[in-house]
Amino acid sequence: MSEPLIYELSSPGRAGVKPPHLDVPESALPANLLREDLPLPEVSEVDVVRHYLRLSQLNYAIDKGMYPLGSCTMKFNPKVNEVAARLAGFTGVHPLQDEESVQGALYVMYSVQEYLKEIGGFAAMSLQPAAGAHGELTGVLIMRKYHLDHGDTDRDTILVPDSAHGTNPASTSMSGLRVVEIPSDARGNIDLDALRAQVCARVVGLMFTNPNTLGLFEEHTEEVINIVHGCGGLVYGDGANMNALTGIMRPGDAGIDVMHFNLHKTFSTPHGGGGPGSGPVGVAAHLADYLPGPIVALDPESTADEDPYFTFFDPPKSIGRVKAFWGQFGVIVRAYTYIRMLGSEGVRKAAEHAVLNANYLLSRIKGAYPLPYDRICKHEFVVEGHLKDAPDVHALDIAKRLIDYGVHPPTNYFPLIVPEALMIEPTETESKQSLDNYADILLTIAAEARETPELLHAAPHNAPVRRLDEVRAARNPVLRYAH
Amino acid sequence: MVYIPHTDVERREMLAAIGVNRLEDLFQDIPEKFRYPHLDLPEPLSEMEILQELQFLATLNLNANTTSTFLGAGAYRHWTPSVVDYVISRGEFYTAYTPYQAEVSQGTLQAIFEYESMICDLTGMEVANASHYDGATAAAEAVIQAYNVFRKKRAKIVIAPTVHPHYRQVIHTYTQGMELDIVGGDDPTTPLDQLVEMVDEQTACLIVQTPDFLGRLVNLEGVADQVHARGKGTLLAVVVNPISLGLLKPPGAYGADIALGEGQPLGLGLNFGGPYLGFYATQMQYARQMAGRLVGKTVDSAGQDGYVMTLTTREQHIRRDKATSNICSNEGLMALAATVYMAALGKHGLRQIAELNYHKAHYAASVIDELDGFTVIKNRPFFNEFVVRCPAPVGEINAFLRNDIEELEIIGGYDLALDYPRLENHMLVAVTEMNSRHEIDLFAEALGAFPVENGRSHR
Repeated sequence: MSEPLIYELSSPGRAGVKPPHLDVPESALPANLLREDLPLPEVSEVDVVRHYLRLSQLNYAIDKGMYPLGSCTMKFNPKVNEVAARLAGFTGVHPLQDEESVQGALYVMYSVQEYLKEIGGFAAMSLQPAAGAHGELTGVLIMRKYHLDHGDTDRDTILVPDSAHGTNPASTSMSGLRVVEIPSDARGNIDLDALRAQVCARVVGLMFTNPNTLGLFEEHTEEVINIVHGCGGLVYGDGANMNALTGIMRPGDAGIDVMHFNLHKTFSTPHGGGGPGSGPVGVAAHLADYLPGPIVALDPESTADEDPYFTFFDPPKSIGRVKAFWGQFGVIVRAYTYIRMLGSEGVRKAAEHAVLNANYLLSRIKGAYPLPYDRICKHEFVVEGHLKDAPDVHALDIAKRLIDYGVHPPTNYFPLIVPEALMIEPTETESKQSLDNYADILLTIAAEARETPELLHAAPHNAPVRRLDEVRAARNPVLRYAH
Repeated sequence: MVYIPHTDVERREMLAAIGVNRLEDLFQDIPEKFRYPHLDLPEPLSEMEILQELQFLATLNLNANTTSTFLGAGAYRHWTPSVVDYVISRGEFYTAYTPYQAEVSQGTLQAIFEYESMICDLTGMEVANASHYDGATAAAEAVIQAYNVFRKKRAKIVIAPTVHPHYRQVIHTYTQGMELDIVGGDDPTTPLDQLVEMVDEQTACLIVQTPDFLGRLVNLEGVADQVHARGKGTLLAVVVNPISLGLLKPPGAYGADIALGEGQPLGLGLNFGGPYLGFYATQMQYARQMAGRLVGKTVDSAGQDGYVMTLTTREQHIRRDKATSNICSNEGLMALAATVYMAALGKHGLRQIAELNYHKAHYAASVIDELDGFTVIKNRPFFNEFVVRCPAPVGEINAFLRNDIEELEIIGGYDLALDYPRLENHMLVAVTEMNSRHEIDLFAEALGAFPVENGRSHR
């Protein structure tokens, strides 16, 4: 590859675009506050376009092919979403305009609040959190405040299963609470005895990912929730895996007290190379007053069907705002578009086919890769990237070899409870041909692992760069262009 | 689109390969009483129908881009070069995930490296991360970084009352479980000296904003030294407007330890408040305490340059409850937009944009100041935003600007009484390169037409 840095294309005096002209008199600049130099690059618009286009071509993307990163829900996102979010009447709205002048935007937000309440089985919803982890922090702070408000001041512990996403314990400690880890049992469920041993009057709640990161639905869902409720604790649902459940089960019905959704996973906003996301938080009625505000409400003088008028309100016992303004509106528009196009049946079919695709792909590769938990999976599954008759080959080698075949590797080395984990989430938008292609490649690689392991150790051979030295990057950090 | 690609035949083949008969068989582990709930969602729409509906909904909003707008207060109407949306519309960028597999993510990784470099250049700092959700959450992460730098032993945080009110609120929300002592009050007239005097050896950081929420430029020369000395190492964090840095001294030049802010002015739309971009930079000695993703340069096994996410032992997916933050998804695509914006304008273009903002705002202030009943508060230099004392509540004046002028609709400034009760009748007016002289003159004329007598509204 070797595309130079944009700085290396710079030529003194060159400019890309021309700012508008000055049509007012100049005023004296504050001499003591002026900067001396601004060392940004000086490039033409042609340089900019070619440079970033060439960089884009070094990326793999869902628009190129299957991208089955477990827990990331890399589904194809309809292009209409992009058109919708770019409508001038949405992109040009200032967040602090009078409510009267933003009724279209508030309609979209109100509707998405209502849809997510319906899909999740919750009584109230805040769209403010900007990402999944942000929603987790919000949820943990809500649980904490709920207990404090009820005079329950000794609760300081969040129970986190050992299969949980890393954001769960991180959100817990950011909230000033301690983490107690709960092990999994031999079938990949939460170990009920271990859970029972930890529930006590110190427990704020449990963070419950269901289906869990093994892609398995918790077989004792009601019991888990009852055990935690039994000690006065609350149950937080990590909605990262909601793509398995839309229209299949409403977490709120099962007693989940609070849950975040990932609009950028389940509800179809592209991931943008790392973001933006959106992490709305839904709660049962007893937690509604603690949500971060403002939340959009229907003006009591109007109705949703006829000439509705929307307004913002702050829940009375709110944990406080978690973000400036109202939420990731551009992402919310995409979620609105997606839900309106799919409807009740469509969101159910999406989940059904996400689960069908995962189980089908699993059935194709089952014999070739060790499967630590042999059950019907949900939207994803985990196999071991370490074969008995190819002991020198690791999950990382298999992942990098997949790149040579023009597909994206699965998540690897997560969840931590499976050694050499390969976590595969194909999503519902992949066709049977696409899954067969991926399965064929995985089977070929399993054979290569035994016959030509060196090919895997040195992979990728067919990528813009070879395997990169991460240790060197961390030991001797070069984190910016040196002028 | 037709969302599910499966044909009936394929579905049957797949179910057979799994060894089940029906899709429902895949969900037998879900308790029956919860399985297949009735969902009351609206009937599905085709692509044509949803776009027609959305186009209608979009018309219910007043579009600030095509209306005379003088509203800022943390989000600004700026001109975005066409090349920005071109680049972020490339499917290879916007449909990629976080670059976990570096070998097939070099485009994203190098772009982030360039973004981090440009944020360092802009702020004069040594290291920048790959982004936060917005300026407010970046401010909260600055507090947490400072708290961690002192190993959670210093609990006092001083926040200037003129830091954006939403940012101050988010800091309180984020830190409610940390038992911090947050001081600084909410009187916007509090002098900087008084805030610096609040710093002691128990103080982890002082956060100030320039231009502050009232638009005023704060001269921070020498303040870092005072803060470091008084607090024996207390950190100075500065919230900045990135466009202003085209013209003004960056935080690194006056010794700040953390520089952060809202990146929305760097080519992002208003988008009703999001997605925006929290930019964040610090000094190298604090790199391992900062939150967020970092991209670094390295080499591949053939010795060729390449980029990877690095210093990941700070992050949640490695360190779990010991991580510096829980952040995972960030604002990657928005950071790319800002990168392209800064590249397209370049070192001179950004300065020109900053000067346009400065001159136009000062022109607007001069014409408004001449109006009867309106006074511009001019006790400090300002950048592109300033405060006007008005003869009536700002809400009334804004309603007049919106509704009562023939063939003209104007979005007025921000009502400061919403955040500072003592600033009743005070409007925060923002002027950018997007406001033509004609627009500014009409705004002043409209303000002048507001019916007042003896300083009292007649409405």
